[in-house]
Amino acid sequence: MDLSLLQHLAAGNTWGAIRPELALGCLALGLLVLDLLFPKRAGGLVACVSLAGQLAVLADVLCHFHSVWLNQDTFNGLLHPSLAGQAMRVFLLLSSILVVLLARVTLAKHPAPRIEFYHIVLVVTAALMLLVQSNHFVMLFLALETVTVGFYILVSYFRTSTASLEAGLKYLILGALSSALLLFGIAILYGVAGNPFLPGHSADAMRYAELAQFLTLNPHNFLASVGIVLVLAGVAFKVGAFPFQIWIPDVYQGAPTPVTAFLAVASKGAGFAVLLGLVLRAFPSYGWLVTPVITAMAVATILFGNLAALTQHNVKRLIGLSGVSHAGFLLLGVAAAPYAPLAVGAIYFYLLAYLIASFTVFGVMAHLAGPEDSDQELEHYAGLAKDHPFLGAVLAIGLGSLAGIPPLAGFMGKFFVFVAAYQAGMHGALVVAIAGVVVSIYYYFGWIKAAYFEAWKAPAAGSVPVPTPVGKLFGLVLGVLALGSIVLGFYPGPLGHWLQW
Amino acid sequence: MPPFPCNPLLLAIAAPLAVALAIGLGLPKRWSLRLAYLGFAAPLLCALHVWWHFNNAPKAFGYAYLASYSTGLDGLGIGLKLGVNGIALPLFVLAGVVGFAAGLYALQSTAERLKLYVMLLLVMQAGLMGVFASVDVFFLYFFHELALIPTFIMVGIWGGRDRNYAAMTMTIYLTLGAMLSLLGLIAIYVKSGAHSFDLIALRATLADRPLAVVAQHHLFGLLLFGFGVLVSLWPLHSWAPLGYGAAPSSAAMLHAGVLKKFGLYALIQVVLPLLPAGLGAWGHTLALLAGFGNVLIIGLVTIAQRDLKQMIGYSSVMHMGYAFLGLACGSALGVGGVVLLMVGHGLSVSLLFLLATSVHQRTRTFTMADMGGLGKAAPVLAAFFVAATFASIGLPGFANFWGELTIFVALWPFSAGFTILAVAGVVISAIYGLRAAARVFFGPPSEAFALVAQQHPPTDLSWSERIPALILIAALLFIGLWPRSIARPVDAGLAAIAAPIAPTSTAGGVSPL
Repeated sequence: MDLSLLQHLAAGNTWGAIRPELALGCLALGLLVLDLLFPKRAGGLVACVSLAGQLAVLADVLCHFHSVWLNQDTFNGLLHPSLAGQAMRVFLLLSSILVVLLARVTLAKHPAPRIEFYHIVLVVTAALMLLVQSNHFVMLFLALETVTVGFYILVSYFRTSTASLEAGLKYLILGALSSALLLFGIAILYGVAGNPFLPGHSADAMRYAELAQFLTLNPHNFLASVGIVLVLAGVAFKVGAFPFQIWIPDVYQGAPTPVTAFLAVASKGAGFAVLLGLVLRAFPSYGWLVTPVITAMAVATILFGNLAALTQHNVKRLIGLSGVSHAGFLLLGVAAAPYAPLAVGAIYFYLLAYLIASFTVFGVMAHLAGPEDSDQELEHYAGLAKDHPFLGAVLAIGLGSLAGIPPLAGFMGKFFVFVAAYQAGMHGALVVAIAGVVVSIYYYFGWIKAAYFEAWKAPAAGSVPVPTPVGKLFGLVLGVLALGSIVLGFYPGPLGHWLQW
Repeated sequence: MPPFPCNPLLLAIAAPLAVALAIGLGLPKRWSLRLAYLGFAAPLLCALHVWWHFNNAPKAFGYAYLASYSTGLDGLGIGLKLGVNGIALPLFVLAGVVGFAAGLYALQSTAERLKLYVMLLLVMQAGLMGVFASVDVFFLYFFHELALIPTFIMVGIWGGRDRNYAAMTMTIYLTLGAMLSLLGLIAIYVKSGAHSFDLIALRATLADRPLAVVAQHHLFGLLLFGFGVLVSLWPLHSWAPLGYGAAPSSAAMLHAGVLKKFGLYALIQVVLPLLPAGLGAWGHTLALLAGFGNVLIIGLVTIAQRDLKQMIGYSSVMHMGYAFLGLACGSALGVGGVVLLMVGHGLSVSLLFLLATSVHQRTRTFTMADMGGLGKAAPVLAAFFVAATFASIGLPGFANFWGELTIFVALWPFSAGFTILAVAGVVISAIYGLRAAARVFFGPPSEAFALVAQQHPPTDLSWSERIPALILIAALLFIGLWPRSIARPVDAGLAAIAAPIAPTSTAGGVSPL
C-alpha cells in the first residue's frame, strides 16, 4: 500500500459530514465521565445534559439541512447523504429525545442504573443515523449490528424483571438469526457480483451503485435473486414484517416502555429508510422479484398484525401488533415506490405521523405503568378520562391518529400511501389494506372505549397501579404532540413538498 | 348583494370549530354554553344568508361563493375549495336548521359532562357544514369523517341501552363504508388523470375523456356500496336502528337528519356525473335492493318494533329506500326528488328523534306498550308528534310529500312495478307511524305508565323543548307549502351537471309547482 492510496483514502474521509453522529458519540462518552465526576448527583443531571446535547445536535442538523455534502458520496462511498437521509436524521433525533423524556418517567419507578441507559440510547441513535445514510453493505451491516447490540442491552435493561430478561433473550436469538440471514445475503451478492465470468462483474460489489450496475446487466441471475431475498428478509426482521414479526409481542411487552417506543418508532423507521434505499438504489432492476415479494409481505403483514391485535389485552402487546400492521401499510408504500413518484414522500409523511402518534400513546403508557413495567392491561385504563382528563384526551388523539381517522395526521399518511399504491396499480393489496383499517378500528376503539366509556368498571383503588402525575415538561410535550397530530391533519402543508420527491 | 365580511361558507365551518376549540381549551362552563349558542346560530345565519342571495349571486360552473384556500397540498390537487351549487344549497340549509335545533335541544338538556357534549356537537356541526360546502372531493370525505367521529363518541358516552355494542357496530360499519368510498374516490382521482380532487376539474376532465365503460361499472359498484353503507342500503343497514336507538337525541338528530344524507349527496354530486355509464349496470340491482329490501322488508320490520326510538331508526332506513329508488331511475326528475326528500326527511326524522326523547323524559321508557294516554297531559307534545308523523308519512303540506311524489312520478317510466311497491310503502309507513302515535298519546294509559305518571306527573313540552321543535316544523311547512324555494336551485344545479345524467322521456324538470 503506497502513500498515494492512503492519501486518496484520507481525502475521502469527510468528517464534517457525520458531525451530528460524532457529537452524539462524544455526548455518550461525556455522560460516562459525568458519572465518574459526580457519582451522587449524576442521576438527575445526566438526563438533562443528554437532552440538552440532543437538542443542540437537532438544531445543528436543522440549521444545516441542505448541507454541502448533499448527494455526494462521503467516506469513499460508504455514506451517501441525501435529503431523505437528513429527514431521517431529524426523525431519529426527535425519537431519541422523546425516548429520553419517557425514560425519565419510567426509570424513576425502577431501581435500575440511569447513566448507561442514556449512554446506550445515544450510541444507538448515532448508529441509526449512520444506518439510514449507508450506501455500502459493510456500512449497512456495521451500523445495523451496533444498533442491534445496543438494543439487546436496552430490551433486557430491567434485570430484576423476568419478562424483560426473557424479551432480551428472544430478541438476541432472533436478532442473531436475522443478522445471519442478512449477512448471508450480502455474501452471496458480493460473491456473485464478483464472478469474473459474468458481464459487469465488480471488485467492489458492496457498493450499492456498483451492485445495481451488475444487476442491470444480469437481470435474471438465480444466485443474485437468492441474495436479494435474504437481504430483504434481514431487514424485514427489523421492521417486523411478516413472517419475521414473531418476536414483536413478547419483546415489546417485556422491554421497558421507553425501549418499546424506541424499537417501535426509531428502529422501524430506520428499517424503512434502509429498505427504500435498497429497493430504489441497490436493486432497481430486480423489480420483477422485489415488488411481488414486498407486496406479498405487505399484505400478509397487514392481515397478521390486525387480526393478531384483535385479541390482545396487554396494551404493550397490542401496540406492538398494531405496529406490525403499520409496517404493512408502509411496506405497501415501499412496494409502490419504484412506480409511483408520490410513494417516497408518502412513506416519510407516514413515518412522521406515526412517530407523533406513537409517542403520544407511549407517553400516556409510561405514566400509567406500575412497578412491573410489562404488566399494562387494558383494564387499567378504565375510567382514565374521568380521573385524568388530560391523559385521556391525549390518548384518544394518539390512538385516533394511529387508527387513521381524519382529521388527524395518521389519516393523511394512510391516504397518501393509498394514493401511491393505487398509482402503482396495486388494487388487490389495497383492498386488503382497507379491510385492515376497518379491523384496526375495533381494537383502537376498544382502547379508547376502555378509557372513556367504561367509567363504572373502574377497579377498586389499590388493585391497579396509580398513574404518575404528569410533570410540567412532559405535559407540555404531550400537548405539543397531540396538537401536532391535529395540525398536520388539517394543514399538512409545511411538509407538502416532501410529497414531490 | 350586500358585502359580507368574509366568505359565509368558511364562516359556517369555522365558527362552530372555533367555539369548540375555545370550550376544549377550558373555558368556564357559563361562558361555554353562552358561546355555544353563537356556535350553533352562526352556521344557520350563514346558511340563510347564502339561500337568500343564491339566485342573484355570481356563479361559476353553477357554484356560488366559490373560494379556494390552500392546505399545502396543491401539488396533489387537493385544496380547501368551498362553494355551493343548487344541489348543495338545500342540504347546506338543512344542516344549518337541524344543527341549530339540535344545538338548542342539547343546551337545555341535563346531560352529564354537558361541556364535552356540546363541544362534540359543535365539531359535528362544523363537519356537516363543510360536507355540503366542499367542492373538493377530498374535503367532502374529510368533513364527513370529521362529523362522524363525534357521533361514535357521543353514542359511547351518553348513549342509552347497549351503547357500547351500538357504538362499536356503528363505528365498524361506517368505517367500512367510508374506506370503500375513499378507495373509489382515489381510483377516480388516479384514473381520470385530472391530478385534482376538485370536482369542477374532475367533471371537466371526465366529460372530455370519460373512463372506459367497464371501469365505470366497477367503480360505480364500489362507490355505490361504500356510500350505500353510510345511507343504510339494505342489507348493510343494521347499524342504523341500533345506533339511533342508543344515540343521545341531539346526536341522532344530526346523524339521521343530516350526516346520513352525505352518502346520497355524494352519489348525486360526484358519482352520477363522473361515472355516467355506471347506473346502467347497477340501476336495477339498486332498485331491487332498495325496493324490496329497504321499503318492503324494513317497512314490515318497522311495523313490528316495540321500542319507539328503534322504530324511528327503522323508519329512517325505510325512507332511504325511496331515495335510492329515485337515484336508480337516474332521471333529472328522480334525482331532484331525492334532494327534496333528503331535506324533508332530514327535518322530519330529526323532529321525531327530538320528540321521542321528550316522550322518554315523561314516560321513563321507550317501550311503546308501557305508554298510552300521554296526550291528555301533554297535548302540545302530542300535536307535534302527530304532525311529525304526518310529515314522515308524506302527507301534503309537508316537505316530504314533494320528494316522494316526484320520486313516484319519475319511477313510473323506469318501472311500473317498483312504483306500485313504493306507493305501497306509504301505506306501510302510515300503519306504523299512526299506530305509534296512537299507542303513545291516545287510549287509556298502560299500567306501567300509570305508575310512572303517579310518581312523576307528566308535564307538557317546555318552551326550551318547543322552540327547537317549532323551528323544524316551520321549516317542514315552509318547504311543504312553497317547494319552489328549494326546487328552483335544485333545477338549476341539476341542469348544470345533468348532461351526463340521461334524461328520461318525461323529464322536464323537478319543479312541482
